[in-house]
Amino acid sequence: MSLEQFSIAVLLTFLAVAAIGIIVLRDLLAAVILTGLYSLIAAGAFVVMDAMDVAFTEAAVGSGISTILFLGALSFTKHDQKPRGNDSWLALLFVVVTGGLLIYGTLDMPPYGSATSPAQTHPQLAKRFIEQSGDEVGPPNIVTSVLASYRGYDTLGETVVVFTAGVAVMGLLGLKRRRPEEELPEHAPGDTPHEPGHDNDRMT
Amino acid sequence: MFVAAVLALLATMVLTIVRALLGPTLYDRLSAVNSFGTKIMLFIAVFGFLTGRPEFLDIALVYSLINFVATVAVLKFYEYDDLGSGAYQEDDY
Repeated sequence: MSLEQFSIAVLLTFLAVAAIGIIVLRDLLAAVILTGLYSLIAAGAFVVMDAMDVAFTEAAVGSGISTILFLGALSFTKHDQKPRGNDSWLALLFVVVTGGLLIYGTLDMPPYGSATSPAQTHPQLAKRFIEQSGDEVGPPNIVTSVLASYRGYDTLGETVVVFTAGVAVMGLLGLKRRRPEEELPEHAPGDTPHEPGHDNDRMT
Repeated sequence: MFVAAVLALLATMVLTIVRALLGPTLYDRLSAVNSFGTKIMLFIAVFGFLTGRPEFLDIALVYSLINFVATVAVLKFYEYDDLGSGAYQEDDY
């Protein structure tokens, strides 16, 4: 077992511990802080696995922006989770089945770092990307070409997922149409707001 | 030498995670998470030298910046119960 594998194993153990801590804690602000911890651990694990782009995204989005978004959501609610008598076993069953299906889906994949995975053993794949992506697609960065063009349908699918999530959130929040008269500000932009004692000046 | 540093960093990560989980106050958790961010940063740097690719230092720097932003946001929220209304500024200055 190399040091890299050992580090990945330890970091993944940290991930599991942090996730359990997030579930158990009833203080929501502490849970938000622990999600930042979770993202930091995940980003570290991605760096050890040589997935630099994913690690960058995880650190910026997971540890930076989403922590702040969670805090913004918390400012509308209370800091403590509402106490409940019994947790739903049906929800637990659903989550376990979904997780089991996802793990079952990974069984077909080649193992991590495998030298005999189809992408490595294909005779022309890497050669074509390196030699012809500049002419075929354009950008000097091969990773950009693969992501945006050769793997374009995959990226399109990811965009659809993000769009669907946005539509679902909008549906949950409800789209209320604002009434026009409530949107009118008290003072027009650029107008100097008058102070309460000087009302007479405006009448002249 | 780098191997020993990696192992020591992993051990200190365990300690900070224990403090983040046990609390008891919010400041304990926040300080633990902040120092965990520092540990991850050092870990990436040391791991880069261990595998002969010290270019990872840039990523470690970016991590430290992001870690700082998140910590400041949590502290601001804890102080004012809000993130951006601006209503508190008159009391402060």
